[in-house]
Amino acid sequence: MTRLALALLLALAAPASADRAQVAAGEAAFRKCASCHKIGPGAKHATGPHLNGVFGRKAGALEDFRYSPDIVRMGNDGLVWDYEKLHLYLENPKTLVSGTRMNFRGVRDEAERAAIIAFLRAYSDKPSDIPESAPTNPGGDPQVAAAILAIQGDPDYGEYLSGECVTCHQVDGADEGIPSITGWNEDDFVTALHAYRAKHRANPAMQLVAARLSDEEIAGLAAFFAKID
Amino acid sequence: MSIHLSRRGFLGAGAAASALLAAPMLRAQGKPRVVVIGGGAGGATAARYIAKDSKGEIEVTLVEPSKTYHTCFFSNLYIGGFRTWESLEHSYAGLEAGGVTVVHDMASGVDRAAKTVALAGGGSLPYDRLILSPGIEFVEGSVPGWSEADAGVMPHGYKSGTQAALKAQIDAMPAGGTFVMIAPPNPYRCPPGPYERISMVAHALKAKNPTAKILVADPKEKFSKQALFEEGWGKHYPGMIERIGPDFGGGNVEVRPGSMEVVIDGEVVKADAVNVIPAQKAGMIAAAAGLTADSGWAPVNAADMSSKMDENVHVLGDAAAQGDMPKSGFAANSQAKVCAMAVRGALTGSKVFPAKFSNTCWSLIDAEDGVKVGANYEATPEKIASTESFISQTGEDAALRKQTYEESLGWYAGITADMFG
Repeated sequence: MTRLALALLLALAAPASADRAQVAAGEAAFRKCASCHKIGPGAKHATGPHLNGVFGRKAGALEDFRYSPDIVRMGNDGLVWDYEKLHLYLENPKTLVSGTRMNFRGVRDEAERAAIIAFLRAYSDKPSDIPESAPTNPGGDPQVAAAILAIQGDPDYGEYLSGECVTCHQVDGADEGIPSITGWNEDDFVTALHAYRAKHRANPAMQLVAARLSDEEIAGLAAFFAKID
Repeated sequence: MSIHLSRRGFLGAGAAASALLAAPMLRAQGKPRVVVIGGGAGGATAARYIAKDSKGEIEVTLVEPSKTYHTCFFSNLYIGGFRTWESLEHSYAGLEAGGVTVVHDMASGVDRAAKTVALAGGGSLPYDRLILSPGIEFVEGSVPGWSEADAGVMPHGYKSGTQAALKAQIDAMPAGGTFVMIAPPNPYRCPPGPYERISMVAHALKAKNPTAKILVADPKEKFSKQALFEEGWGKHYPGMIERIGPDFGGGNVEVRPGSMEVVIDGEVVKADAVNVIPAQKAGMIAAAAGLTADSGWAPVNAADMSSKMDENVHVLGDAAAQGDMPKSGFAANSQAKVCAMAVRGALTGSKVFPAKFSNTCWSLIDAEDGVKVGANYEATPEKIASTESFISQTGEDAALRKQTYEESLGWYAGITADMFG
């Protein structure tokens, strides 16, 4: 299979958000990484860099860690740790980045790699927006039914409803202690709000907001905020 | 419930009806005019949203005496040394850029029959809808011995832009000196505010003047986030803070600005800094316009924040007697969006959705030790009614408290952007 074909397959297979069992499996599988990489609140660099916020981040981007020159160069050339690239790197690090210092033979089992990525992602919720904050989503969100994800949100209704959001979340996408909610993938947005509504995500202020949003209103908000860069 | 639903139904269907009503006015007078008095969390938000969402169909004028605005929220963090004074300052340039005409003058009166607002600097502004968001005024004589003329000696620091005098007094306290706060009776602006302030004063003194004492004379049995504050005071400032509640005469006070003395239940205390937070009522213009009840606050209808005395006037924020919401910047901002939608609907026939309100209040107890309380509200025929709420818990770990504090910083950036554009 060509790399492109694999990439397409992985992109199609990428879940909007992982389920809890997968994250738990990933946590177990992460033990083989944990001798070099720390993750979680307050995690520090060890032999390898800490992995908080790695999902979606440019490769070699943490300023206080000494990466291999190859990782830094490829990051500058546009390598970003998205779902597809993490799969390739975890399968065999030196295939993707020949000069990496990560001496790790790779994870052959695709499901196990997916689980590890789901686990990393649990500490990287919207990493491009909240690079160093504590995870808002420890443990992965419950899967939202396809019928709910399929609801076409009305962005105009979403704009009206967004008045409640923008008291805290900034429309220009800035984030200081409160994540940006602009430019999200709609499925991720819907999944996150459903997780708050189900009191699966912990923040009580967000639980209150979500508690009185209908499925249609959540879809409307997702449609509205997805349009804002 | 049936009344509630029919009210919502009325609002929803009202769009068409108000379009018919608005049409003759549009022809007779050109663009409909909205005047907003007061450029804080309620007024600035309402003016900005009406101008933004009406896309030029409504003329919006904001009357505010100050050229720049200092937020009351986060001013305690300035006293504690966590924020600079400049970081609390906001200009009205964003509102002007968004199509709001800002008039830096004081509204001195309202002629509700003629629908005009008189300006202290002369002239008057005609309106189709008036929105008052004037904040608070102090109840004269509520703290015996004190009047606003004494604020230079015994500052209140409880209105926009007045906290610097209080900080200066705290900084000038002698080693081992005494700070006294006279806490206000309910209802008042920012329920956790006095207690966050005590925390911030203690934080500042702990660093520079660790043997100083803090005394709070309080007429209230209990106060907002009490368990959280008391836990935090014991942990961070042991032995520093003493609160005298009503059982021990905390409501029986007199102050003597001339000699810097406070008399609490007959006992004279010599103080080095005194913070008097008097009883409060709606900002002056609300009473001048004849919109206040005996309580001193302006009763409003929850669905659109319209005054119970005049359907063409709306009252927002601290000045309004609305029901269950606390008097907070967050609440005023939330009410302003409901009001803006209703006013726009009435003047241009735009769609009006059912009112929804929310509030969250963060407080800082010590560095990175943040707590919060919040609730959802809905409009009932009687009042704004609380439907669901939460509060931080005692014994939370440091990581969560730090996250809560950082969240409050994000909220500050968010709400000020939402108010001022």
